[in-house]
Amino acid sequence: MAAPPALRVVEYGARVYRRTWRGSVISTFLNPVLYLLAMGVGLGKLVDEGGGSADLALPYLTFLAPGLLAATAMQTAAGDASYPVMAGIKWRKTFHAALATPLGVRDLVFGHLGWVTIRVTFVSVVYAAIMTAFGATSPLEGLLAVPPALLTGAAFAAAVTAYTARLKDETGLSTLFRFGIVPLFLFSGTFFPITQLPDWIEWAAYGTPLFHGVSLCRGLALEIPFEVDPWVSVAYLLAWVAAGTWLALRFMRRRLVL
Amino acid sequence: MTAPLVEARRLTKRFGDLTAVDEVDFEVHPGEAFGFLGPNGAGKSSTMRMIAAVSPVTSGHLRVMGLDPAADGPEIRGRLGVVPQEENLDEELSVYENLLIYGRYFGLPKKLIDERIGELLHFAQLQERRHSKVEPLSGGMKRRLVIARGLINQPEMLILDEPTTGLDPQARHLLWDRLYRLKQQGVTLIITTHYMDEAEQLCDRLVIMDKGRIVAEGSPRALIEQHSTREVLELRFPVGTQEEMVARVEGLAQRAEILPDRVLLYSDDADETAGVLAARGVVPESTVSRRSTLEDVFLRLTGRSLIE
Ligand SMILES: Nc1ncnc2c1ncn2[C@@H]1O[C@H](COP(=O)(O)OP(=O)(O)OP(=O)(O)O)[C@@H](O)[C@H]1O
Ligand SMILES: [Mg+2]
Repeated sequence: MAAPPALRVVEYGARVYRRTWRGSVISTFLNPVLYLLAMGVGLGKLVDEGGGSADLALPYLTFLAPGLLAATAMQTAAGDASYPVMAGIKWRKTFHAALATPLGVRDLVFGHLGWVTIRVTFVSVVYAAIMTAFGATSPLEGLLAVPPALLTGAAFAAAVTAYTARLKDETGLSTLFRFGIVPLFLFSGTFFPITQLPDWIEWAAYGTPLFHGVSLCRGLALEIPFEVDPWVSVAYLLAWVAAGTWLALRFMRRRLVL
Repeated sequence: MTAPLVEARRLTKRFGDLTAVDEVDFEVHPGEAFGFLGPNGAGKSSTMRMIAAVSPVTSGHLRVMGLDPAADGPEIRGRLGVVPQEENLDEELSVYENLLIYGRYFGLPKKLIDERIGELLHFAQLQERRHSKVEPLSGGMKRRLVIARGLINQPEMLILDEPTTGLDPQARHLLWDRLYRLKQQGVTLIITTHYMDEAEQLCDRLVIMDKGRIVAEGSPRALIEQHSTREVLELRFPVGTQEEMVARVEGLAQRAEILPDRVLLYSDDADETAGVLAARGVVPESTVSRRSTLEDVFLRLTGRSLIE
């Protein structure tokens, strides 16, 4: 029995990764270490000993780590759903090559999203282990934060794939990171509660998928109340996954089937 | 007679307002090498892509191996091999990995793919490059690898879109030899090309396309017999004098074709024409007498050259 077509695309992702993982290993292992060191331990000391402890009621490192896990899932997903998709469509045209085989656009999109989600899982588990090693959370707490991180990654993988499928060239990709991913990273409650922000940004932050990912990761890993109803967050992220996938299918078909 | 492998009736492809393929009719039969010859933009690739079930038909009738590309795309693609005009190898991966992944896309088991890769690398003369990355390979090697990739599923029919464009003569001849072997094994070939020598060498039958339409169809020899004379005399005149000379060669041959840089005189005996020319005192800068080719057929039918 041959594997379902989309799984063949997942396998392709894994084979490419086997060749290229060295390039991403630094970001997978080193980035969490660096962030947790600089922000969690370094900045955390300042926060915990200053006035911040009054607001937080838990060590800053512990507050930060689960949120950073969600943010890392977002970055991994956005990275894997942007440049490699552009390469498949335009630079290397590997998607066109795949479409000359029995595979169709649907297999390509589902296979690609499936592979990105697997990558996000891997990165999240590594991250959870590092955050446990830092003493930010217990191992169980760290693991509890992995599923919402996955959901966050899937939401971004689908949305960014859809976005990339419509781009003429790579300038749109740097725009995405400069004006999309980086501001989200900074203002979605990863580093500080969004209630600290001016009202209008706070309201904008509620609308971002990353905020809901952070809220879920933090609420599940730590014994503090969720920032919003967790079921609302789950539903919201699932809606992003569904809408993103639907648009990705539509835009990829428009782009690749001529 | 067996049923045709490809059957097209009033086949049309439009991109917005542009009609790339305009109501063409043709049939490709099992075991033959069928060519599409035509200048840039004639609609060759658009036609190939419809046959390969990757590009939807705008209107008209198309059957590939008896199947409808709109409904049975995956099955058709599973039984075809495609060598696209544009390179789309995965340059990050090795020669071996490119073939393996492609085989997996066809749903073949790894063991079978590994067996075939051994044979295909031999066929493409790439055995030594098995584990090298694709990126640094020469143009000819990449082209051979794309052909090998197109054969991983042992297709009944191989579609090649300009397989030798950009290759040096030696690489072209090697490819021609490989294609000839495939044909002997019974693989049906569909080839597009700008090169009339390639079409003459490889194709049993061909169509000449221009501006989305088929302007002629037949075997290379029949096309030449039907649309051209046996021989051609090519004359070049010193710069600036061609116009004046043209008046003096009129009526000398069955037909004359005036190109920007030379004059072609069509007759059944070019040497005899050259003799008459000399007797009239017309002395060109250079003369070449040769047999008619498909280029002449194309020129006759469209008034334009194949390679622009
Ligand atoms: N995806 C597309 N979108 C819009 N127009 C297209 C597209 N593909 C091809 N065309 C147009 O259709 C016409 C036929 O193109 P096609 O590629 O089929 O020609 P061709 O005979 O293969 O030419 P060449 O020898 O240059 O490869 C051209 O005018 C081309 O610009
Ligand atoms: Mg073409």
